[in-house]
Amino acid sequence: MTTTTTSPVLTATGVTMRFGGLTAVQAVDLDVHPGEIVGLIGPNGAGKTTFFNCLTGLYVPTEGSVAYRGTVLPPKPHLVTQAGIARTFQNIRLFANMTVLENVLVGRHTRTKEGLWSALLRGPGFKRAEAASKARAMELLEFTGLADKADHLSRNLPYGEQRKLEIARALASDPGLLLLDEPTAGMNPQETRATEELVFAIRDLGTAVLVIEHDMRFIFNLCDRVAVLVQGQKLVEGTSEVVQSDERVIAAYLGTPFEGAPGAEEAAEVEAAEAGATPGATGGATQDGAQRGTTARTEDGQ
Amino acid sequence: MTTDKTQPTAVRKAEAGAPAPRTTLLRALTAAGGAAAVVSTFLAWTWTAEFPGDLTVYGYPGGLQLLTLVLGIATGVFALAALDLKGLRWLTPSGSTQALRMLALGTFAVTWFTVIAIAVDLDGLVNLEPGGWIAAVVTAVPVATTFLLPDDTRPLCRPKELPSWAEILIIAAVFAVGLYVVNYGIQTDADHPEPFIGYLIAVGFAAVALVKAGLISRVSELTNSYRSVTLVAALITAIVFPFFQDKSSFTELGVNIAIFATVALGLNIVVGLAGLLDLGYVAFLGVGAYTAALVSGSTASTIDVRFPFWAAVITGGVVSLIFGVVIGAPTLRLRGDYLAIVTLGFGEIFRLAMLNLDGTSGPSVTNGPDGIPNIPPLEIFGFNFNDEHSVGGISLDSNGNYYLLMLLVTVVVVLIFSRAGNSRIGRAWVAIREDETAATAMGINGFRVKLIAFALGATLAGVAGAVWAHFQSTVVPEQYVFAGPVPPNSTFLVAAVILGGMGTIGGPLLGATLLYLIPKKLEFLQDYQLLAFGVALILLMRFRPEGIVPNRRQQLEYHETGQLDVPGATGLKDGAVGVTKAEA
Ligand SMILES: Nc1ncnc2c1ncn2[C@@H]1O[C@H](COP(=O)(O)OP(=O)(O)O)[C@@H](O)[C@H]1O
Ligand SMILES: [Mg+2]
Repeated sequence: MTTTTTSPVLTATGVTMRFGGLTAVQAVDLDVHPGEIVGLIGPNGAGKTTFFNCLTGLYVPTEGSVAYRGTVLPPKPHLVTQAGIARTFQNIRLFANMTVLENVLVGRHTRTKEGLWSALLRGPGFKRAEAASKARAMELLEFTGLADKADHLSRNLPYGEQRKLEIARALASDPGLLLLDEPTAGMNPQETRATEELVFAIRDLGTAVLVIEHDMRFIFNLCDRVAVLVQGQKLVEGTSEVVQSDERVIAAYLGTPFEGAPGAEEAAEVEAAEAGATPGATGGATQDGAQRGTTARTEDGQ
Repeated sequence: MTTDKTQPTAVRKAEAGAPAPRTTLLRALTAAGGAAAVVSTFLAWTWTAEFPGDLTVYGYPGGLQLLTLVLGIATGVFALAALDLKGLRWLTPSGSTQALRMLALGTFAVTWFTVIAIAVDLDGLVNLEPGGWIAAVVTAVPVATTFLLPDDTRPLCRPKELPSWAEILIIAAVFAVGLYVVNYGIQTDADHPEPFIGYLIAVGFAAVALVKAGLISRVSELTNSYRSVTLVAALITAIVFPFFQDKSSFTELGVNIAIFATVALGLNIVVGLAGLLDLGYVAFLGVGAYTAALVSGSTASTIDVRFPFWAAVITGGVVSLIFGVVIGAPTLRLRGDYLAIVTLGFGEIFRLAMLNLDGTSGPSVTNGPDGIPNIPPLEIFGFNFNDEHSVGGISLDSNGNYYLLMLLVTVVVVLIFSRAGNSRIGRAWVAIREDETAATAMGINGFRVKLIAFALGATLAGVAGAVWAHFQSTVVPEQYVFAGPVPPNSTFLVAAVILGGMGTIGGPLLGATLLYLIPKKLEFLQDYQLLAFGVALILLMRFRPEGIVPNRRQQLEYHETGQLDVPGATGLKDGAVGVTKAEA
């Protein structure tokens, strides 16, 4: 189910990122439409995070452009956020020594204007803006289920809650598009389920979501559309069914070399190394997937 | 079976209710030891008045004996509190043993320091009177007994409900005692280091003891629930300080402390909040001081203008701001330690430029090494700062006038720090300090926000410099070095911030006070000041990386991970209720 008729929130055109000789992202086109949840999958090192960094201005793409609602964005992170794209990080990057509430308040930065003077003079306008920011931040903590931890230091939160806080902090800038980089990494099945619900709720609030994830069940449950990135290039894009049944995806994602793919052996090696503990190099990932399936089913049965 | 089961419970109950006889005995012995220490201070410890303080008289304690006396009393009283004496239990909300150990060690250390100092200063143990021997022996007793006591550290228990006037009275009393203690230290004899060393030992051990007993947490709960009362009390304490000084030189110490503490607090915005390492901060103080001197109407100034004081201060601040922006704008765009290197260079360039703008090596602006002397005394509304004025029968000399003026600047900087720090921009500073990448990804314009912090810091230093120039009535380039034996220098300021506690208000104030006062009172240390800084910072990083005054966030961390969690939280909640009540 795609909504190609509406104009997209995000239009990435020919985004290419080279680090010296390494082309981490190569000519990737991607559109995200309002109300959509789009998945971005691919093996480790495929360039997904690098692509996110290009979208949010943390990297200046070597080639290509990124547009938000039709306006081309300058590659400056704070301007991208101001425009309406917010993100979370794969390796959690909270402000460790700030409280949970303060973290979310920092996320409000672009949507408030009070500068140094108004902070020093503390006029009624300042107090009102501060109170409004706090109220909005508490609302978001309520939404993500962290309200009772508002006064805790973010570094003292358990891992799963830190990921949620990253989402709350990103939502604080009232984004039109939310980029989630592996939001369920390190979560147990229950937490993953809760995050799934959270992402649906975010979409229902009118924010489009672009999500990187390794958990296939999560992705195929959630996404209206999935793009597959392999070796920096977009391999396929389509609905869950299309992507799931695409032979090249199965081959690339599960690590079996497919014909003519440059450097596919390396990708396979990485996959094998990852599967490491599980006997049978290629079987590893499949087994893993099967296990997830069973866990999920028992869970559903409960 | 049943008896087997009930017996241990009974025993445990007994243990919890009444302590083992051995513990009671040890506590009683500790109390007795404290009392004996008190008695010993009424004896003569030496026979000659050559040793500073009056330790030769039977009948009343003097000099360093007073410290033994106070700590002895404290040991005794806390031991009685440990014995559950009615009316004293409030002294040890989080356990008595650790506090008693510290007090016993403090009494012991001060007494032995005194006795040994007498023997060393006067060449030989023969100079000790029997009183000194007795004191040395009896102060060892509580040390032994307290280290045999079982540790009874417990989570902070809930305080008894007190009427709010009583709580406010407690805050006032705390500040009064604080003023007395600070005064005592400042007024120690500067010609002899012994009294001040003894004072430092006593205050150090007593402070740790109060922390261990839980009294400091108790007081900070109170100050948290009565914020405005606390601020007023602090302000009054600071205002009355000069009226208690019998020597003008003591007030001068106060002025210098106020100036350096203020400058350190300004630096704390840059270093502590925004996380920008500024190693040339003293140059901004210099920019303000030189600017104010040039427009002050000094006969030695190369500019023939005479601005009123307020205009000189504003000019000093503005010129400093301009320098801050000029230095900051190119460097703050870069990540990493460029700023530290550039500011270090700026500090040196400023000093060398002031040295060379003397008419021979460069244009004639600053008179080179001679500086700009003869800055006329301040006059605000006909109030001449160099004259003595009488306030309600108590006269205030020049130093007193400048002290009060400087205090005003300090209050302004404290207000700026707390208001800016607790706002959108302050949160952005802390976010940048914590993780610049994440902060920019949250929409913070890192460059802009850092430049604001840097420029604000520079401006505040410029304002303080303008006041300082008038107080000193002269400015010379050699005051503004990177590191040197006399403050202010950039190392001194950074050390004050780090030692005191980054990101806090109290930290730099306390840090600057200690770092200024200690070398001032212990002249022999002055040559080793930098070495002492180094050692102090290493010790600090090892034992208390958050600084002497931890900031709220670190305190929170402690509260969340430590045992104090639940009672602490309820205490805070009560406090919040108290505030709303007070405001309503
Ligand atoms: N800043 C950088 N400099 C050099 N190489 C980089 C940089 N960032 C990412 N890469 C490389 O780009 C490739 C893609 O990485 P990444 O985007 O993190 O993959 P993914 O998120 O899909 O697992 C990797 O080979 C990585 O080493
Ligand atoms: Mg990644």
